[in-house]
Amino acid sequence: MDEKMIEKLKSQKTYRREPLTDTQLLMTITICIFMAMYVLAMVFLKGGFLHPQQVFDMLNDNASLIIVSCGLTIVMIGGGIDISVGAVTSLVVMSCVMYLNNGGNIFVSILLALGIGLAFGLVQGFLISYLEIQPFIVTLAGMFFARGMTTILSVNPQKAAHEGFAKLREVKIEIPWLGYYAKNGNLVPARMELGVVVAFACLIVIFILLGFIRLGRNFYAMGGNQQSALMLGINVKKTRFLSYVISGVLSGISGYVFMMHTGAGNATNAAGMEMNAIASSIIGGTLLTGGVGNVAGTFFGTLTLTTIKKIVVSSGLREPWWQSITTGGMLCFFILLQSVVLGYRAKKKKA
Amino acid sequence: MQNILQMKGIVKRFPGVLALNGVDFTLRKGEIHALMGENGAGKSTLIKVLTGVYQMDGGEIYLAGNKISIGSPQDAQNNGISTVYQEITLCPNLTVAENMFIGRESGSWVQQKEYEKRADEILQKLGIPARSGQQLGNCSLAVQQMVAIARAVDMECKVLILDEPTSSLDDKEVQMLFDLMRSLRSEGVGIIFVTHFLEQVYEVSDRITVLRNGELVGEYLTAELPQVELVAKMIGKELDELSSLHEVDETKEEKKEIFYEAKDLSSSEAMPFDFNIRKGEVNGFTGLLGSGRSESVRAIFGADKVNGGTVKINGQQVKITKPIEAMKAGIGYLAEDRKRDGIIAELSVRENIILALQVMNGFFKPISRSESEAFADEYIKVLNIKTASRETPVGSLSGGNQQKVILARWLLTHPDYLILDEPTRGIDVGTKLEIQKLVLKLAEEGVSVTFISSEVEEMLRTCSRLIVMRDRHVVGELTGKDLNQEQVMKTIAGGEAADEQEK
Repeated sequence: MDEKMIEKLKSQKTYRREPLTDTQLLMTITICIFMAMYVLAMVFLKGGFLHPQQVFDMLNDNASLIIVSCGLTIVMIGGGIDISVGAVTSLVVMSCVMYLNNGGNIFVSILLALGIGLAFGLVQGFLISYLEIQPFIVTLAGMFFARGMTTILSVNPQKAAHEGFAKLREVKIEIPWLGYYAKNGNLVPARMELGVVVAFACLIVIFILLGFIRLGRNFYAMGGNQQSALMLGINVKKTRFLSYVISGVLSGISGYVFMMHTGAGNATNAAGMEMNAIASSIIGGTLLTGGVGNVAGTFFGTLTLTTIKKIVVSSGLREPWWQSITTGGMLCFFILLQSVVLGYRAKKKKA
Repeated sequence: MQNILQMKGIVKRFPGVLALNGVDFTLRKGEIHALMGENGAGKSTLIKVLTGVYQMDGGEIYLAGNKISIGSPQDAQNNGISTVYQEITLCPNLTVAENMFIGRESGSWVQQKEYEKRADEILQKLGIPARSGQQLGNCSLAVQQMVAIARAVDMECKVLILDEPTSSLDDKEVQMLFDLMRSLRSEGVGIIFVTHFLEQVYEVSDRITVLRNGELVGEYLTAELPQVELVAKMIGKELDELSSLHEVDETKEEKKEIFYEAKDLSSSEAMPFDFNIRKGEVNGFTGLLGSGRSESVRAIFGADKVNGGTVKINGQQVKITKPIEAMKAGIGYLAEDRKRDGIIAELSVRENIILALQVMNGFFKPISRSESEAFADEYIKVLNIKTASRETPVGSLSGGNQQKVILARWLLTHPDYLILDEPTRGIDVGTKLEIQKLVLKLAEEGVSVTFISSEVEEMLRTCSRLIVMRDRHVVGELTGKDLNQEQVMKTIAGGEAADEQEK
């Protein structure tokens, strides 16, 4: 019987590719839906959607969201949640602006941003992993704390007046061949901000971490089944701790990118960003229950979310609530789709 | 044969209980050694000491002649002691290859390709029908279990512990597992096999060690220990009790009044069926798993949505569509899945016992503390529930004792009619016997009992009438002389051998 089975295996190997894992399947669905949505927008709404600059605008506006979503994806794959990311981003913006306005140095301001993020990650990670407090509660506390600190620093909006920083902000990557000709006949090249480059760098690093580094695979194992991960010899506490530290550091980076985009600190900066990040991760195929997800999916999740908002605005529904309503609908749709797809898989497996 | 593992005088105490009292255990190279005992005999505790989940309070462990100390599961693994548990302890979201190598690779980078290559080699060598790139969650439970074993084997384990590996597998899968165990044995791995199934022990093991009440009863060669004696050693009682529990006086049965009668009763899960039970009668539903036994009794209790049919209790028509209505009509139901539908693990023994009575009284008439303590103490004594105290959380009790707690819960409501769905599943022989005796005692006191069990023998011993089901329909009713194993099998199979073969 054994030989027969081995024969069968061999033949299967040559003819058949492995079916997609849950992670790959959900990610593929998201990418397809995003493409379809964008193409439909190009066909029916035309306007801005026909210019490549539309995509770059979306990236420029959302670079910091993409970065925090990466962190959140890691935490969620590990089976946790971090809702402090938006508030930490805001705190970083305010701190760095005030530091620069008081005659600071750009290099030190970057370190400051990373330091604040790291500090939040370390403390929250320690409380969650080693003292075993609910992640939701810990990061909720972290969120209130960071928001409070931001307001203490300054109630009023602060504009960054640092000369060197102003120059840094002006640095844009121009791509002439993706540009368009304005009405007066001049070529307007496509413009991408430095923040987008940072976001892509983060995406690539996290993608490699999750796919090919031991620590990354341990996140998946931990989210898949914590007890099993422990039995398989993974240091679950350390792994969980590191997931929050990474998320914290990414919030710090996100803060700096946010500041480069807006150039000002405001107590209400990045309000609700954590929820947009969670939504992006979920739309990108990350399961809240852990163990399934990928940052490539998250990236497309962010784009999907942004695109739908743009579509809503372009369709003439300019009131802000329409965006919230469509975001809510989108999220519902994707969660339903995921549970139907995964449910169908489980059913097929049984049969 | 060479000893690879020796455990000497192992002692383990829990608050209020001496779980292991100087137990010796020896495992030789290349043997399959069954570890047997009732629930609460100390098998699991011994295994957990060996795997570093518990720390022992006394005794010594030698591995290949060297004394070792095991402080954690990692320690055990590093010493070449691997365990495969009943619940699969792998990650369903990762691939087969990853599950075999995660947590034990060196270096920061994951060598995916190399893992898959090595995994395929091992899977082929062991004849496990899985591909390395497959997501583990898409494999059958049996294959998942085998992957866990493959992982252990690749870790060059000398001692492989299989804790109830067969309980969720079907016959074919069990055979595959046994083949794998035999081929590992021939490679010199010592296997400790823990199971409830006696036939499997005799089929695959070389040696048997029996524990009882935390003490060593003895070590025997499987070939030299008849099955009857093994059971006797496990429960420490004479077996005669088991065989002659009761004799049914049929004429007496006929005279009893009918207590419950259902016509065309159907629910969302059960097809229409007729059913009745007399006062003080013990009857049972039998049939293969999935034949509709449990669905039928759930319809009687109103546990699923009742669709139609008429129900009479003591000749009066009543309507039972919800469990609370059934309870008020004097019906108690001990559910099949004790973890899901039965115990509330975090509550104490006392709180679990008074639960049903409290529900029936309504929540505005609370049972006083002293009253509930008296109830709990009474039933702990009557049913011989082994618990440290009445305030111990039920979750920490052994399976058999949890079942007794649920029984106590229903007995406290003084039901006229008690439905027991698989009350003896997964519990030890001694407690099984106690429960069977209790059923007969209740019947003598005039309580009607419907009893469901997967073990036909057990039903033949306790029931005076068997309702046989097949494919969700009642296909026969057996009483008197027809109550024997052969007749039951025939009725289930529909009197044709063809059905057997199809299966």
